[in-house]
Amino acid sequence: MSNNINLKRGLNIPLLGEAILKTGKTIEPDIIAVKPTDFKGFTPRLLVREGDKVLAGSPVLADKQCPDILITSPVSGTVEQVVRGEKRKLLEVRIKADKAGEAVDFGIKNAASLEAAQVKELLLKSGLWVSLVQRPYGIIANPELKPKAIFVSAFSTAPLAADTEFTLGAEAENIQAGIDALAKLSDGGVVLCLNAKTASSSPFHKLENARIFTVSGKHPAGNVGVQIANISPIRKGETVWTVSLVLLAAIGRLLKTGKLNLTRKVAITGPEAKEPCYVEALPGFNMKEIAEFTDNSKGDVRFVSGNALTGTNVGADGSLGFFDDQVTLLHEGTERELLGWAKPFRTSQFSSSKAYFSWLLCKKKYPIDTNTHGGVRAFVQSDVYAKVLPVDIFPIYLLKACLAGDIDNMEKFGIYEVLPEDLALCEFIDPSKNEIQAILEDGINLMIKEMA
Amino acid sequence: MEENNNKPGLFEKGGKLGFLHSTYDAFDTFLRVPATVTRKGAHIRDSIDIKRVMIMVVIALVPAALFGMWNVGYQHDLVNGDLPTLMNKFWFGFWKVLPLFVVSYVVGLGIEFTSAQIKGEEVNEGYLVTGFLVPLIVPVDIPLWMLAVAVAFAVIFGKEVFGGTGMNFLNPALLTRAFLFFSYPSKMSGDQAWIAGLPDGVSGATPLTHMLDRSGDVANGLQNISDQWSLTDLVVGTVPGSVGETSIIAILLGAAILLWTGIGSWKIMISSVAGALFVGWLGTAFGITNVPAYYQLLLGGFAFGTVFMATDPVTSAQTERGKWIYGFLIGALCVIVRLFNPGYAEGMMLAILLMNTFAPLIDYVVTSRAVAKRAKKADLV
Repeated sequence: MSNNINLKRGLNIPLLGEAILKTGKTIEPDIIAVKPTDFKGFTPRLLVREGDKVLAGSPVLADKQCPDILITSPVSGTVEQVVRGEKRKLLEVRIKADKAGEAVDFGIKNAASLEAAQVKELLLKSGLWVSLVQRPYGIIANPELKPKAIFVSAFSTAPLAADTEFTLGAEAENIQAGIDALAKLSDGGVVLCLNAKTASSSPFHKLENARIFTVSGKHPAGNVGVQIANISPIRKGETVWTVSLVLLAAIGRLLKTGKLNLTRKVAITGPEAKEPCYVEALPGFNMKEIAEFTDNSKGDVRFVSGNALTGTNVGADGSLGFFDDQVTLLHEGTERELLGWAKPFRTSQFSSSKAYFSWLLCKKKYPIDTNTHGGVRAFVQSDVYAKVLPVDIFPIYLLKACLAGDIDNMEKFGIYEVLPEDLALCEFIDPSKNEIQAILEDGINLMIKEMA
Repeated sequence: MEENNNKPGLFEKGGKLGFLHSTYDAFDTFLRVPATVTRKGAHIRDSIDIKRVMIMVVIALVPAALFGMWNVGYQHDLVNGDLPTLMNKFWFGFWKVLPLFVVSYVVGLGIEFTSAQIKGEEVNEGYLVTGFLVPLIVPVDIPLWMLAVAVAFAVIFGKEVFGGTGMNFLNPALLTRAFLFFSYPSKMSGDQAWIAGLPDGVSGATPLTHMLDRSGDVANGLQNISDQWSLTDLVVGTVPGSVGETSIIAILLGAAILLWTGIGSWKIMISSVAGALFVGWLGTAFGITNVPAYYQLLLGGFAFGTVFMATDPVTSAQTERGKWIYGFLIGALCVIVRLFNPGYAEGMMLAILLMNTFAPLIDYVVTSRAVAKRAKKADLV
């Protein structure tokens, strides 16, 4: 049995604006937003009112279906505003941080001596349960279930993604504690995937109590879904949980200090980022705090919480998502290029297709903007998608089944194995400009509805 | 630039000419990349689009088209002797072929624009390629009204009723040809159709028809061909035939562009050649013909069909393994038709159309098998 997985298919997008390995700023918490929309499958019930005092770790929202699942405040402060959208949908709870920095004490725990039930209870109470994502469907993990295994990807290959060895290299002990605790929740234990390129020198290669695989290849080799599909594909009826390395470290910190501390190093990246680097911040910090990193005087910068392929457009007044450790600043590409598609070379624009010639300049980085570069068409080319998806499924068949709402074929073509993020590259390279992630998301939502 | 008031623009919905929105949009986006930005999903997109894909196929077709125009003049000169220089021959052919292009594009694009207008959708670029293919696969002297009727039939019933480019299951250009062939066979086959301005009583049969000439000995094919043309003639393409199909060199240039850009599938091309060689070899091995197998690659529309029609990504098999099967069967069927059908020499058109119909079945088998196999695969943990 080989513990090395070499993925041949994929694409690294040469996007400009990689963050240098330096912490440029520590963002003191001011207004912190708690966003229930970050969590798929979470129906929020508000537990606080405007003006209420909260501590770091105090419950703010509970799930209507499973009231044990809580979302807690990352800071101590006062609930300033509850933001609702259309049909009174709860969008954000804004908390004004105070300087006291008080936190709920959950008690210091030794991970090794905890029972599974105790781990569960601790995670549920502290609000870190929501960091466990359940596949299929990418929803919040169901505490009643025992997953086949818990997968952690220790690196990301997404465009300009934060370098986990820089952001979390010093936290190996916390990560170890997190692994020890989570290993209790599954018979299959924790499976950790390291970047094969740096595995031997990586601060994570000494982690124990987990089965370690090394993975090499272009994006999406770092996607945990792709790793699962190549290690232990999810079949009908099986469940797998995943957790990001950032949140695994937070779980470890909770065990070791007894306090909820979601602080993380966030990479400020993208073509519109001036001096891209890392900042230390809490999830939910407002994008105004990083206004100095970009020039948005014309209002043409898109603030993406997450990476350029799968992140969320939060706007200049938005806030960092719970799962994200990256902000990508992109130019809104509303300029109209004259005869763009007809130019013989068009070397200023990136294309992975050899119908252009940018692949000749393999070292160059491109300031890619948000223009779609073409209109939406039916699927025409059939062989381009699988080239960037190192999972043995038929992506276009899956998408067509999703469009048709055909449950049988969605199952047959692998709806259990992928989340929209895994097909993001297919969407990037699609000459027909279809919204592939949205199509898959709709398919997944249909599955959840029909299979419930 | 667009005006920043609330009134709808001239061509927008609600504007004075709003009913022409699709047409306006087609020309507008032809000239300038649309200003649309990503709304959902990936925030950045590759700069490739369908316009670029289609224009690369058109570029790949240009060598065959240019050679075809010259060859029309050359063939005319061979029987009439009135076009002394290369440019004479080219311009004669150019003016003969140009009306075919005009009719093909005006009729086809007219229907595409109208149908996009009715559905309120953007005009699809697929016809840029179809419209370029059609003149290259018909005899140069085809009456223009016949071409117009055939194009209209193929675009409406081959494509638009299924939902336009990407939804059709038959190659529209080949459907045009099939329509012509079955409706007006006298203009599409025999010895009189292939040379522009052929005097009465002179035979202008193509090498492929010669191969089929069964009047004498069954195995006289090779003799019949080489009496009139050398192997070089067949490769260079100085033989009668449909406008763009004769020159193997020009077609290979196009194939190089399609393969280089990754737009045409090399699997289909290779397996189609393999299929033709295999059945061609069987034919010689069993004494059905004495034409060597590799001649099958040079005769008639085989090369053109393999490179430009069988590889149509919409109507071919979609799975990678399916492409091998699909291509092989096209090549094999084409030569089977040639060897066993005395009435109709050109097997390529029917082979591709038939396999277009079977492509979904091939894909179904391939995907089902792959899914079953994957279900049995052992886990690593």
